[in-house]
Amino acid sequence: MPKKSEVKIIFESIKDMPPLAVSLYTMDYNKTGSWRNVRPIIDYDKCTYCTICWKFCPEPSIDLEKIEVDGKEKFKPIINYKYCKGCGICWTECPVDAIYTEEESE
Amino acid sequence: MKLSIPEEEIMGHGHLACQGCGAALAMRYALKAFGRNTVMTFPACCWSVIDGPFPHSAVNVPLFHTCFEAAASTASGIKAGFDAQGKDVNVVAWAGDGGTYDIGIQALSGAAERNDDIIYVCYDNEAYMNTGVQRSGSTPYLSWTTTTPVKHPKQRPKKDIVSIMAAHRIPYLATASVAFPEDMITKFKKAKDIKGTRFLLVFSPCPPGWRANPENTIKLAKLAVLTRVFPLIEVENGRVWKLTKKVRTVKPVSEYLKLQGRFRHLSEDDVAVIQENTNKDWEILMDKVGEKD
Ligand SMILES: Cc1ncc(C[n+]2csc(CCOP(=O)(O)OP(=O)(O)O)c2C)c(N)n1
Ligand code: SF4
Ligand code: SF4
Ligand SMILES: [Mg+2]
Repeated sequence: MPKKSEVKIIFESIKDMPPLAVSLYTMDYNKTGSWRNVRPIIDYDKCTYCTICWKFCPEPSIDLEKIEVDGKEKFKPIINYKYCKGCGICWTECPVDAIYTEEESE
Repeated sequence: MKLSIPEEEIMGHGHLACQGCGAALAMRYALKAFGRNTVMTFPACCWSVIDGPFPHSAVNVPLFHTCFEAAASTASGIKAGFDAQGKDVNVVAWAGDGGTYDIGIQALSGAAERNDDIIYVCYDNEAYMNTGVQRSGSTPYLSWTTTTPVKHPKQRPKKDIVSIMAAHRIPYLATASVAFPEDMITKFKKAKDIKGTRFLLVFSPCPPGWRANPENTIKLAKLAVLTRVFPLIEVENGRVWKLTKKVRTVKPVSEYLKLQGRFRHLSEDDVAVIQENTNKDWEILMDKVGEKD
């Protein structure tokens, strides 16, 4: 089941339409991951949790998860492949080359 | 660890911007700074499309699409409406360079002269991108666009919109870059808390329009600052000019130009002229800032 916010709204008739041009929902239904030719993959052995990839993702399709490393709170970047367009900014900007790539086959 | 920019995402994913779009990043940062108590208006521009088809929207704040020439006057009207209701809301006009430097300049000048209480953001990708890369008043000297083909590249310099807006003596104006989000968000937050017309110009690379690789968006935006092609500044009341990013090791403009297909036709002499123009513009700016370096 897709989340409610991931459903595309289709009006069956003019009666369903709101009286004004208002936004009713997000763009979450639009899975832009299908645009991707190249898949970025984070190598967590190299990742220093600097969050630079997260900072520069235009989608945004990198989520942050709070984790503890050596008793310190860190943010772990996790790529959301549902929406990542494969633009390459994250692997270009990563200062320690922790993001490698694979060609998408489908 | 502390994050250097706010964690909350207001702009959603699923939007329709091209891969590596600087304008999408600009919106992401802008909304982090302005917060949810914001209403926006877009004239015709890439963002009219990026946002998605009705009744969906990626910005997740109320948004009014308006005609190409009317971003500033629409924002003024929305603000007057909120004032009449006694509501305090950040009203933001969000326009491209075509909608700002060219077709929307009359409405913008009017709003600025009245000092209407609006925030005007221009995301500058240096051409009319949404309609297929036509030359605008912001397109740089000798750049290729579809209306300035390589045999006849643009013969005029980029219009100095910062000086034009400073001449209106508005309380606050600033330039920003998607490569320096901390600086950008600081300026946008500062602008939010000032009354009157605030003008923010964001340098936003456009990979298809600049014939550049999408992965180089941040690199290009950074190089524009490091080569002094796009200085990061603030101007208060049209009189107090400040440099917010001092560049210690200045790079030659060639490093910026060579990553972009729109400048591929340039000869060495052309690049030398662009370098000279950049140096001259910097000197003029330094006179205003009152610094020497
Ligand atoms: C009066 C009018 N003329 C022309 C157009 C067609 N048009 C729509 S968007 C656009 C280009 C906008 O360029 P810019 O403001 O730089 O924004 P960008 O597309 O680059 O983001 C044009 C020419 C229009 N919508 N209205
Ligand atoms: S490739 Fe681009 S869209 Fe995908 S996660 Fe990296 S920066 Fe984001
Ligand atoms: S054409 Fe350029 S500005 Fe427009 S959505 Fe694509 S990358 Fe962004
Ligand atoms: Mg433009």
